[in-house]
Amino acid sequence: MKGIITVVLKQDILDPQGRAVMNSLQGLGYDEVQGVRIGKSIEIELNGISPDEADARLRKMCESILVNPVIEDYHLEIIED
Amino acid sequence: MRCAVIVFPGSNCDSDLYKAVNSFEGVDAEYVWYTTENLDAFDLILLPGGFAYGDYLRAGALAARTPVLKALIRAAERGVRVIGICNGFQVLTECGLLPGALQRNSGLHFICDTPLIEVVQDQSSFTSRYQQGELIRLPIAHGEGNYICDELTLRHLQAENRIVFRYASGSNPNGSVDKIAGILNSKGNVLGMMPHPERAMADWMGSSDGRRLFESALNLFPETADAA
Amino acid sequence: MPPEPTPEEISTQQSYLSLGLSDSEYQLVCELLGRKPNLTETGIYGVMWSEHCSYKTSKMQLSRFPTEGPNVLQGPGEGAGVVDLGDGWAVVFKVESHNHPSAIEPYQGAATGVGGILRDIYSMGARPVAFLNSLRFGPLSDKKDPGSPNIKRNQYLFGGVVAGIAGYGNCIGVPTVAGEVGFDACYSGNPLVNAMCVGVIRHEDLQHGRAEGIGNPVIYVGAATGRDGIHGATFASEELNEESEAKRPSVQVGDPFMGKLVLEACLELFRSGAVISVQDMGAAGLTCSSTEMAEKGGNGMELDLDLVPQRALEMSPYEIMLSESQERMLLVAKAGREEEVFEICRKWEVPACTIGRVIPETVLRLKHRGALAAELPLDRLLGSCPLYQRDAVPSEKQLSRQKKNAVTWDVPDDIGALFKEMIVQPELASKRWVYRQYDSMVRTCTSVGPGSDAAVIRIEGTNKALAMSIDGNSRYVELDPQTGGRIAVAEAARNVTCSGGQPLALTNGLNFGNPEKPEIFWQLREAVTGICEACQSLELPVTGGNVSLYNETEGEAVYPTPLIGVVGLVEHPEHETTQHWKQAGDVILLLGETEEELGASALQQFMTGSIFGMPPALDLEKEKNLQEAVLEAIRQNLIASAHDLSQGGLVMALLTSCKGELGVHVDWESGIRDDLALFSESQSRILLSTVPQNLLMLEKLMQSRKIPCERVGVVMPGRFDIALNGKFLIQEELPELQQLWENALENIMNSENQGFSGEKQAA
Repeated sequence: MKGIITVVLKQDILDPQGRAVMNSLQGLGYDEVQGVRIGKSIEIELNGISPDEADARLRKMCESILVNPVIEDYHLEIIED
Repeated sequence: MRCAVIVFPGSNCDSDLYKAVNSFEGVDAEYVWYTTENLDAFDLILLPGGFAYGDYLRAGALAARTPVLKALIRAAERGVRVIGICNGFQVLTECGLLPGALQRNSGLHFICDTPLIEVVQDQSSFTSRYQQGELIRLPIAHGEGNYICDELTLRHLQAENRIVFRYASGSNPNGSVDKIAGILNSKGNVLGMMPHPERAMADWMGSSDGRRLFESALNLFPETADAA
Repeated sequence: MPPEPTPEEISTQQSYLSLGLSDSEYQLVCELLGRKPNLTETGIYGVMWSEHCSYKTSKMQLSRFPTEGPNVLQGPGEGAGVVDLGDGWAVVFKVESHNHPSAIEPYQGAATGVGGILRDIYSMGARPVAFLNSLRFGPLSDKKDPGSPNIKRNQYLFGGVVAGIAGYGNCIGVPTVAGEVGFDACYSGNPLVNAMCVGVIRHEDLQHGRAEGIGNPVIYVGAATGRDGIHGATFASEELNEESEAKRPSVQVGDPFMGKLVLEACLELFRSGAVISVQDMGAAGLTCSSTEMAEKGGNGMELDLDLVPQRALEMSPYEIMLSESQERMLLVAKAGREEEVFEICRKWEVPACTIGRVIPETVLRLKHRGALAAELPLDRLLGSCPLYQRDAVPSEKQLSRQKKNAVTWDVPDDIGALFKEMIVQPELASKRWVYRQYDSMVRTCTSVGPGSDAAVIRIEGTNKALAMSIDGNSRYVELDPQTGGRIAVAEAARNVTCSGGQPLALTNGLNFGNPEKPEIFWQLREAVTGICEACQSLELPVTGGNVSLYNETEGEAVYPTPLIGVVGLVEHPEHETTQHWKQAGDVILLLGETEEELGASALQQFMTGSIFGMPPALDLEKEKNLQEAVLEAIRQNLIASAHDLSQGGLVMALLTSCKGELGVHVDWESGIRDDLALFSESQSRILLSTVPQNLLMLEKLMQSRKIPCERVGVVMPGRFDIALNGKFLIQEELPELQQLWENALENIMNSENQGFSGEKQAA
């Protein structure tokens, strides 16, 4: 089983990196680009627990270390083998 | 005075801090490895700059979950003075001792410079040797020093006089909210700051304005501080 | 694991060609071994006989360098040169290039270049105290075609390289204190990235990379081995072309966090006494480190490749031996003291394990899965590489270009306006955008950081300091390699002198095109001649360096770019001097003679878009006399500031001496045409400022040395006013001029595309 955690900056937090990439994309002619937010993806291999347990454990991991709630949100996905 | 300089894997301003505080007579600084679980013996605890754990995941995040931080939090609750500088400030926000977070600089680049810093208040344990409104030179060197917090927190910081240092007059090198360069916890015994006082200890370094921060924190000249 | 080609197949299918051996070299290998080598062995030969590791083309030229001097403790041959500083202290320093990897992946290419030179320094036992770098890129702007892909690519490479140097150096905690950056069309597609590291050591702590003591364990320390960087050394010895992009896996990825831990662990291992020698697994990885250590120790080495920590599955012996994964060190420990070694490594959380031992037979013996994977006699591997003396013939273009008159333009109407246009060119603009990204202060020993002629680093616990500079004007070398080579040495030494240091020795980074072309080999030979002449005259031994050849893109070579790193000793903190004015009212003096010398100058390049004629002449006797006189004046405390005149001539030196509110008022007499007088790049000139009460003594000192010394103006707050023969040519408010100059590079780089270079920046 694998947990995939996508960490993004909260909507109201400025993302200068995303803004710079958006400017570059627009400069390259991608005029349709209206916004870019850059985050990160964390893949965690899990063994020996049920999907429900995994969900709870992964959320705990996010809250205890993987995500900084002051500036970040996250989204969790569990992929079963 | 016994002074702990906490060392994480990847700290790199530990020896600079150690030299800085040991340069005062009567001060005994020692390195304390991050696995230590007891900091009872120390009067002042210093979290140095650098790249603890390579700044991997988020700057300060992994260091904030080490054994020594549990001991540090207990010490801070007892009222022991704590200073986190640069990466140390990041660790203090990550572990929750200080509010807010330090984000990537608004210009996206690492910045090394010696800007003017405004001493916002001189009533704290760390700034008694300065004067309110004084402009001092302290080096900065960071890629993630852009202080951010929510509106409510900012109002608290302002109202409780917990903003100690600001980037002075028109400059805001990293885009921090309210030009914040250093803040206190609500009890006033924990200071986090991005500028490096340990790099401003003598004129040949470009500035000696950092000395008075340690003098204040170490109570080295209480009578002159009162006079000032 | 896919089946390997047999020795027979390697021969018949000529697979050795893709492993870096020519037909004749392969034949020689077969003769030396008395048999056909297997794949692993062929790969080892290919990489050890590459230019990068064997110096087969440049060796005969390098052997001409003067390498001895009273202060030299270790000349070329070890990881880095070592020079005595007195009182038991020594300095360890070296420059290394990482051009090809940086052209492909600028962030990682530059970062791993910094990591590599760092390991060279501390493997000598020294504590690294400073980084310097010298960088070259193609143009960052093009008035005619601002959006051209070449320009975008150059900006991307420049931004990425700077971020990579910052990313590694800042994290590892060694200050980046000095450097230079140049831009020219010849570097489009083939940037140059040369990194220099300086370390400090006590004599008794000096280490040698010798595998001594039969039976002693060979221990692997640091990150695990992956497939990254395989054949990086041969890659660095080939021209870049479209296929290079496809070789992208060659680029290694640095991990400065692990690098910092390995650094601290190794320095503690040395102190423990449990270790006999350490060598970086750099170019050619495990192959180069194991064979060199064994050979220097006069012994052999047996390695069990199954014990090598691996992070990729199913790695072949060939891949394990040739991998250039970063942050790895190989060490030989004292038998019986392994546990001490492991204990220290555990403390620093660095993986370590025994992978082999020192053996009496002088061979490299490799075992893999219970079988013999390779066995090579060291003397037939290391000492047997054929050396090449190539043809050296200057090109027709070279000779005819030298004969041209250097000045083809008329006096510009408005020299002030011209000056303002020139100082925003990336070439002359302030490099603040670059060095602000480098932590130049960590370790709190930096007395003079970036933005002055040379950096000055104090040595803790002593009164001594080190002045250091890296320099090289490739346009001079392009027009006349011999003169250009001389000037590179003279200028780097002059920078150190101006900072109050006695130049002690130098390291060089020789960046050239394809040496198989006679005109390129001629450049190399002539430049080396020039460097040798300057070294002899200025009594500066060469203690090490690096050669990077095949710096070509689609058949076009870069300008010949020898870079010279000089380290000098500042005997007392009071001697530390910067190029910046110290107080209003100080008198400004110009030492040396200004001639109409504009060949390869910044003005010529700006006015004509090309370079021609002869570069400025350099009289080495005059140069030596000048440097001695200035150092003497500094030591007598007669000087407030000292600044070498280089690119952009007097007027650029005046601008770059201004700091804060301190500007100048200059009123100078010259018999040369206005623009040429201000921008001439005549050599052996230094700009001084002094308090009025020291003026006469200073002038007397220069007179006694027969050094031309003119009063050209005074330090004046807030202004930049330059008059020549009584007529004002430039009249500006200083703050506006400074802003223009300081922000020029930032304005170009922030125009719109910084996102991608910043994206990969570690914070």
